[in-house]
Amino acid sequence: MERPPWAPRSIDISVPSVARIYDYYLGGSHNFEVDRQAARRAMEFLPGLPKIMQANRAFMRRAVRFALAEGITQFLDIGSGIPTFGNVHEVAQGASPGSRVVYVDHDPVAVTHSQAVLARNEDADVVAADLRKPREILASPQVQRLLDLNRPVALLLVAILHFVDDSDDPQGAVAELRDALAPGSLLILTHASYEGIPLPQERRLGAVDVYHDIRNPLIMRTREEIARFFEGYDMVEPGLVPMALWRPETAPEDEDPYALAGFAGVGRLGADRAKADRHHAAGAAGTQVPCTRRNGRGA
Amino acid sequence: VTAQPQGAEDRLRRLTTIWSRAVFPVTSTSLTRAEFEEQLLPLARRLSEALRAGRFDAAEGEAVGAALVEAHCTAPEALSRSLDCLDAYLVLYCGEGGDQEALRARCSRLQHAMAAGFARALRRRTLAEQETIAQAALRAQGVVAQALHASEARFRAVFEGAAIGIGIADLEGNVLQYNGALLRMFGSEQNLRGRNVREWAHPEDAPHIWRLYEELVRGERDHYRVEKAFSRPDGTVLWTNLTVSLLRDADGTPQYQLALMEDTTERRLLHLRLRYEATHDALTGLPNRTLFFERLDKALNAGEGHRFGLCYLDLDGFKTINDSLGHAAGDRLLVEVADRLQSCMTAPGEMVARLGGDEFVALTTAADSRRQVEDLALRIMNALGTPIRIDGRELTVRGSIGVVEGAVGERSAAEVLRSADITMYRAKSAGGNRFERADPEADARVITRHGLTTALPAALDRGEFFIEYQPLVHLGDGSVRGAEALVRWLHPQHGVLGPDRFIPLAEHTGLIVPLGRWVLEQSVRQAREWRERHGGDTAAPLRINVNLSPCQLRHPGLVQDTVEILEHEGVAPDALCLEVTESALIGAEDEVLEPLHRLAEMGVDIALDDFGTGYSNLANLRRLPVSALKLDRSFTQSMQRFPADPVDLKIVEGIVALAHSLDLAVTVEGVETGAQAEQLRILGCDTAQGWYYARPGPPERLHELALADATG
Repeated sequence: MERPPWAPRSIDISVPSVARIYDYYLGGSHNFEVDRQAARRAMEFLPGLPKIMQANRAFMRRAVRFALAEGITQFLDIGSGIPTFGNVHEVAQGASPGSRVVYVDHDPVAVTHSQAVLARNEDADVVAADLRKPREILASPQVQRLLDLNRPVALLLVAILHFVDDSDDPQGAVAELRDALAPGSLLILTHASYEGIPLPQERRLGAVDVYHDIRNPLIMRTREEIARFFEGYDMVEPGLVPMALWRPETAPEDEDPYALAGFAGVGRLGADRAKADRHHAAGAAGTQVPCTRRNGRGA
Repeated sequence: VTAQPQGAEDRLRRLTTIWSRAVFPVTSTSLTRAEFEEQLLPLARRLSEALRAGRFDAAEGEAVGAALVEAHCTAPEALSRSLDCLDAYLVLYCGEGGDQEALRARCSRLQHAMAAGFARALRRRTLAEQETIAQAALRAQGVVAQALHASEARFRAVFEGAAIGIGIADLEGNVLQYNGALLRMFGSEQNLRGRNVREWAHPEDAPHIWRLYEELVRGERDHYRVEKAFSRPDGTVLWTNLTVSLLRDADGTPQYQLALMEDTTERRLLHLRLRYEATHDALTGLPNRTLFFERLDKALNAGEGHRFGLCYLDLDGFKTINDSLGHAAGDRLLVEVADRLQSCMTAPGEMVARLGGDEFVALTTAADSRRQVEDLALRIMNALGTPIRIDGRELTVRGSIGVVEGAVGERSAAEVLRSADITMYRAKSAGGNRFERADPEADARVITRHGLTTALPAALDRGEFFIEYQPLVHLGDGSVRGAEALVRWLHPQHGVLGPDRFIPLAEHTGLIVPLGRWVLEQSVRQAREWRERHGGDTAAPLRINVNLSPCQLRHPGLVQDTVEILEHEGVAPDALCLEVTESALIGAEDEVLEPLHRLAEMGVDIALDDFGTGYSNLANLRRLPVSALKLDRSFTQSMQRFPADPVDLKIVEGIVALAHSLDLAVTVEGVETGAQAEQLRILGCDTAQGWYYARPGPPERLHELALADATG
């Protein structure tokens, strides 16, 4: 059948994807030349980007282990991107077989790739959805099937919130997810920030521009702004700190200076707080998080 | 001896630590360095064993190179740093006690093999990952394409299956796509394929259609909806309800125009036919009452300075033709008349319509309507002048025409038509076969008459009637002998109306029967009152005269009603005199006279009113049950002059003599002077009434007169 000339275009892999750029930074080959070009351009400004990604991965690994030590065996990873190695399900199921993991991304390629990787994994699945529409995530069959929201869940928002503009109300989305979680749940979060990047301002801005060019503006936030995402959670020691400093297992002399860029933290949902907010959320159930087309996870 | 292996293990550890420190910064692993070192330890052991094996196997180096890639040491620096490290420390830490030269050679070969194994594994991994991501992208596109395909298939089904015509053109107007419904509407592809929208201009296009089009293709308007005609290849016209929408791309730039068309041709034809049928007379094909009133309304609202003229035609004697020749012949006659009338419409602004039956109306809105409308009336009279041949008979058709002409804006259509109708009836009552011009006074009379007629029944209920009495005086002694009851109507708007204004109307509507009975009741009651006041006076009792209309005369309840009223009031029949006009009795059949005979036998007097006005059949007087004649006032009028006309005197003298010879009393009306009264007395008249004695008045007046008379 001939395609009508007025029909919308299909997905476009000639546009760089933050998920595939992330993979490239981690030494993977799950990427195309457009992604690599964009990644190399950003690295001209921030040569340490791969180290920042690596630090994110390392933090995530530590945080997942922390969650397991807390007795949590359910994970909701939003903005999961291309599953290369050291993923949540590898770490979690490696340490505690039977752990349940649901990945969420809205990059269609990342989602189909994840589906292939998880094809034989009964306890893990992927949802094609958007952080800005938390209700779609929570109502998805995958979440309904794998996660018991009456028990604690570890919610991972690793290197995703810096792609959500304030006009899209990331605060509201995070709050809506929080209100769906049981007491004892954890919020595992990292966020890019100018604070701690060992470079002059203009070079840092150059890297931001690269992401802006690929229609995924990078929203740098201050530590204070990032801390607000933990509203309703009690911060776990050592609080919101540079990624490499969150419960480090590697000797400081082994760490790259870039690993100190951006912030990481884990919050625990208290019993009282969860209850109060659940009540509050019922009153504000009509609030809708706006949505625009953006890709998955990046720096 | 036992210390030896432990020392070797320790050295192997130290080698591994150095190796991991060198490589860790360039790996992508998320492991800690300590964890990473644990991954390297078995690799170092393999190399160590290969170095010292009895039979050297370089393939071990390849396996270690591949294992590095497995451990995510994919950066080229990871290999070079590994080789640097092993080159410097492998023989040093693991080759203790061996042939240093041979060990160095083995170490070299292991490094070569490691490089090859690393490269092979990295290449394999890169290709595998590229394959994986390409597959993922393909699948993702497949998912999107499938969704798009499903959605397209749905839209295609809607597009193709829609009953509505759909077409898409670019902004230059070139037709790009169209569906089956549109093709069926246009009849063939030749009017669609490769054509341009601008070629579809049609003479019936409203001017705004193409203005809207230009606005749309310029992107100034997103859609418009019009009624538009298209020419089909076979020459027929396609009428549509057309909706055109502008299609924009994601950035809002206009791209295409989308036309949705609904075929309204049939509906339009049906509408036109229904409209024609609703506005035309089925028999003659002339415009009907509806269309006529539309045109008349339009003419009357034309604005200041315009005039109009109207001829209202009713055929004379059409009912007779219909009754004698049948309706079919009547219909053919009407069709012929309609044709002739149509041929009379020669000037612009003239129209003729059939209002119904044999009523037609012609309208002119010409500037000089005054002259035009009379011309038109004359043309119509002329057109009807030639006999019409129906079923071999020559029928002469005549008509009466009411002509109305005037300035617009003064009267409503209904008022104009009523005036025309009234005027036409005037022409008809003047003998027909003529036209009359409307006259406001004549109209007003008819309109008042009509108003009185409709108000009559309520007036009786509301007690708007009253009775005045005019005394009847004995000419011999001047005494009051009785009175004539005369009914009056106190109309709320018109004031007091005499019987001549409403009795004919009451006769016409039949209201005369209840009204007459009411008058009789009142009069008889009055007679009883008078009688009670005068008691057993020796003078003859006062009598009451009541008029009886022809309609009452034929009413079956007359005798019974009269008897009941008399009995109810306890009044003797001889106190009542019923006056009947001569014209009502002359030539009347016996059954009409029967009730009068019975009343007369009971003792009720019957007087013949207005005697001498009609074709007085003197011979007939014998068989009538009358006891008195009332001479019409025309006889007494001539006696007001002096000397009186001798012929009149002779006639009255003759009548009196005749009456007396038949034993009839004679009463004269309209006596206005003493000389008149004296003359009539000499001529032998018995009683008189008139202004000379008293005008009609309330019953008390009569009482006073009677008393004065008795005492005088």
